[in-house]
Amino acid sequence: MTLLTVENLTVAFPGRHGTVNAIEDVSLSISPGEILGMVGESGAGKSMTGAAIIGLIEPPGRIAAGEIRLEGQRIDTLRPDEMCRIRGRRIGAIFQDPLTSLNPVLTVGEQLIETIQTHLKLPKDEARARAIDWLRRVGIPAPEARIDTYPHQYSGGMRQRVVIALALCAEPRLVIADEPTTALDVSVQAQIIALLRKLARETGVAVILVTHDMGVIAETADRVAVMYAGRIVEVGSVAEVLTAPRHPYTRGLMASIPRIGARPDVLPQIEGAMPRPHARPAGCAFAPRCPVRIDICSQTRPDLTGHATRSVACHLSKEVPA
Amino acid sequence: MSDPILTVTGLKKTFDLSQPFLTRLTQGGGRKYVHAVDGVDFTIPRGTTLSLVGESGCGKSTVAKLLMGLTQPSAGSIRFDGHELAGTRAGQPPAVRRRMQMIFQDPYASLNPRWRVARIIGEPMKSFGTHPDPVARRKEVDRLLEFVGLSAADGEKFPHEFSGGQRQRISIARAISTKPEFLVCDEPTSALDVSVQAQILNLMRELQRELGLTYLFISHDLAVVNYISDQIGVMYLGLLVELAPADRIFAAPQHPYTRLLLDTVPDITMAHRDMDRPAGEVPNPITPPTGCHFHPRCPLANDRCRSEAPAFRTRGDSHVRCHAVEEGRTDPMPLRKAG
Ligand SMILES: Nc1ncnc2c1ncn2[C@@H]1O[C@H](COP(=O)(O)OP(=O)(O)OP(=O)(O)O)[C@@H](O)[C@H]1O
Ligand SMILES: Nc1ncnc2c1ncn2[C@@H]1O[C@H](COP(=O)(O)OP(=O)(O)O)[C@@H](O)[C@H]1O
Ligand code: SF4
Ligand code: SF4
Ligand SMILES: [Mg+2]
Ligand SMILES: [Mg+2]
Repeated sequence: MTLLTVENLTVAFPGRHGTVNAIEDVSLSISPGEILGMVGESGAGKSMTGAAIIGLIEPPGRIAAGEIRLEGQRIDTLRPDEMCRIRGRRIGAIFQDPLTSLNPVLTVGEQLIETIQTHLKLPKDEARARAIDWLRRVGIPAPEARIDTYPHQYSGGMRQRVVIALALCAEPRLVIADEPTTALDVSVQAQIIALLRKLARETGVAVILVTHDMGVIAETADRVAVMYAGRIVEVGSVAEVLTAPRHPYTRGLMASIPRIGARPDVLPQIEGAMPRPHARPAGCAFAPRCPVRIDICSQTRPDLTGHATRSVACHLSKEVPA
Repeated sequence: MSDPILTVTGLKKTFDLSQPFLTRLTQGGGRKYVHAVDGVDFTIPRGTTLSLVGESGCGKSTVAKLLMGLTQPSAGSIRFDGHELAGTRAGQPPAVRRRMQMIFQDPYASLNPRWRVARIIGEPMKSFGTHPDPVARRKEVDRLLEFVGLSAADGEKFPHEFSGGQRQRISIARAISTKPEFLVCDEPTSALDVSVQAQILNLMRELQRELGLTYLFISHDLAVVNYISDQIGVMYLGLLVELAPADRIFAAPQHPYTRLLLDTVPDITMAHRDMDRPAGEVPNPITPPTGCHFHPRCPLANDRCRSEAPAFRTRGDSHVRCHAVEEGRTDPMPLRKAG
């Protein structure tokens, strides 16, 4: 059963050069307990996809086409107050900077208890017990003693754990984690990754994990969606996409990542840069940089074809076996 | 190791975080210091790269700033090609400082937004007097722009008209404009996407080959460091705990902290590795643990580790600061089990 489906989603912004599509024709789905990674260069549209799902696109941006369903219910057409109730209760969010997600003048406990009470309608003492339990689950030592202290009294890694507890304590079905480990050290990052995976396994929460770090994707996600210039160009299981990428962009990307072990003289690199939204070429947006492009590529845009476990948007990959 | 261009000995930097004297007197509380860099020794042979790695706050950027004269050491010596630089300030003496330049993490913050690119790149040539004539300077700027993969016409533009990767190319062009021999690069690719990172790393390697540059490179990405380095120094709370040739660090890490770092790097070949093992947190640098600073997180810690600070011992071209390594108590730990 799928928890969330996004179909042909386009988000448009009016701008100097006319309306531009920040993301175009994005389709994806995610099941309970699944971790879906989203990777791509900065500006590819990862955060915008997440923002559309939680209903936080900043005006004048708007959903210009497509639909989003959560457990069968259409959520892209809800009124702001209805969406506000879904946010927090059924969809949680974790952002990159733990300090901006926490209120510095409230204790960690006050923030957790308020969230739990708002969404789960529990009496104060039960909410407090749950808050302590969440702190323990995310690995805060001595949570009974820590709960009444302020965010600045926690280290960076601990604050990010609190943010995770805050996103999960209302027991949402889906969590959107946008670069949740980018600001953290590798050793702390490893703990957060392990934590997200454990919680997905234990509570059945589904996670959309946005990051540009392929290592994090490899160690955390079940499936991965690769975005380029506002579109998903490849989706598949982590093992398949990372070890046998099919889209020429994904291939170039994987090859360009330095590895521990191999020490080539020159790293393979993709020449050029990703086009800005108003300057995307007709046809395949990757064509100007693609080493294997053919004539049709600069005329016709390739569709994402295949199925949820493996699809690719490339004229050369039409023969992906079903 | 032949022909060292830079030798650092006993380098220390202590920051005073105490409240003002009167506040301490009225409100109590003693003096507080951070030993950001607490006695660091290394040598970089000409034309090679030494990288510093370690968790946030361990002192990497402070070492970089000390080398560049942007902050003054509390103790120790910095010898650059025979000149003692400890105690001298950025830009002083010009004849020596011209030969050392720096590239920063954030390619936007480090470029003056109101200056055209040509002026940004030409500025060091003007201030160090290498190209006093404006016409000759502009010609050299155009050459540099093309050298780093931009075009001469880009000199007329402003920094905001460029992408992150292009801005980092501009920073590199500026850094090499005075024909330096030594570049300090503090997280030069950390703000960039992986595909752009590859372009910049390749450019840096090419410059090293063509111009014979020496790099001190700082990064938290061990795979990047593996690609770019000849030597790697692992820092923990202001100290180098291991310094060795790059291939040695990865093939046979000695120090328990080096092993922990290698163990926790997310790796694209390690899908769903079991990482539930706690790695511990970086301790407070103001009150570092006694003895070996790493002992609260170390699986091999014993009573000696808790009371006695280990020395930086040399074995061949490797250096390690650990009692267990000295005593032969470390089992040759297998690097990551394949998952
Ligand atoms: N100007 C300063 N005043 C007081 N303390 C400082 C100052 N600069 C750095 N420190 C402290 O010195 C220590 C080392 O800092 P440094 O910036 O060198 O770390 P780093 O290894 O570069 O970390 P990162 O990976 O986060 O960049 C830290 O504890 C830091 O808080
Ligand atoms: N407020 C906005 N107005 C117009 N365009 C925007 C706005 N925010 C983002 N965009 C554009 O939307 C695209 C996707 O951005 P984003 O989702 O933030 O990328 P990512 O998270 O992958 O780095 C980019 O081209 C970006 O320039
Ligand atoms: S559609 Fe054509 S240009 Fe685009 S990625 Fe495939 S081969 Fe390359
Ligand atoms: S000296 Fe002791 S505590 Fe420190 S790293 Fe070595 S074994 Fe661990
Ligand atoms: Mg983003
Ligand atoms: Mg730093």
